[in-house]
Amino acid sequence: MDILLGVGGSELSYHALEETIDRTQATGDSLTVAIFDNEEMNTDADEVQDRVEETLAETEFEATIRRLEGDSPGSELISLAEAEEFDRIVLGGGERSTLGKIQLGSIVEFVLLNSKTPVTLIR
Amino acid sequence: MTREYPDEPADEFPRPPRTITDREGRDVEIMAADAGDHDAVFEMYLSFDPADRAQGIPPAREEAIEDWLDTILGEETLNVVAVHEGSVVGHATLVPDRHGEHELAIFVLQAFQAAGIGTYLVKTLLGLAQKEGLENVWLTVERWNDAAVGLYKKVGFETTGAESFEIEMSIQL
Repeated sequence: MDILLGVGGSELSYHALEETIDRTQATGDSLTVAIFDNEEMNTDADEVQDRVEETLAETEFEATIRRLEGDSPGSELISLAEAEEFDRIVLGGGERSTLGKIQLGSIVEFVLLNSKTPVTLIR
Repeated sequence: MTREYPDEPADEFPRPPRTITDREGRDVEIMAADAGDHDAVFEMYLSFDPADRAQGIPPAREEAIEDWLDTILGEETLNVVAVHEGSVVGHATLVPDRHGEHELAIFVLQAFQAAGIGTYLVKTLLGLAQKEGLENVWLTVERWNDAAVGLYKKVGFETTGAESFEIEMSIQL
């Protein structure tokens, strides 16, 4: 299976990266990591890419890295998945408030509602 | 991200303790609670219907309920409970966020829902908050939860964000 994982720099997106590496190592799927700026997190795509490359190096796992440009990472991610016929999109998300309520960020919500490609949300 | 609040502060809310009669004619006491009431609150969450969970809370497993109660009954939080015949049947909590504002949540056991207890709980918790000098209270609620959204509006919360699955609402005390 060809997996497209979106990483925007939230802690949950790095958690999803680690989980997805574990999973794809076990199944032999191929992994592409799409890096983007998550405006809600004030992240910087270069720093996100550095951390993703570091994690990949530590786990000695080969993955293709792509950069998503533009103002709507959710939309870009869906277009990429459809244009290049990925089998599944994976995203981390569902942050909890101190009180414990789970909230989905706008990018995750956009992808869940608009993607024709199956989506896995890792919490 | 800066949260928006209504321009005008809300009116005075009633403070605990109060004794009320719900729409089913049951006598219910609304009183302040803290970590010392842990066991009675824990009992309520053990009998909470999993189908009434919202946005991941309350947790289902006993250990997870314990961890969660440590947070929401912890320091700097404010809590009120609804007690009927010695048992806690409803609970409302205010938990500080990273910005010194407070997030509100409320839970009522299924057999005691739709009887006005939730409204009494929220109003009395806001009364306690006013007494303690809190100013900014917010909450999120699933957009399809008409009963809860209606309750919060009636109490005086205004919608501040409605773009996502959850509606965000806030009130200034």
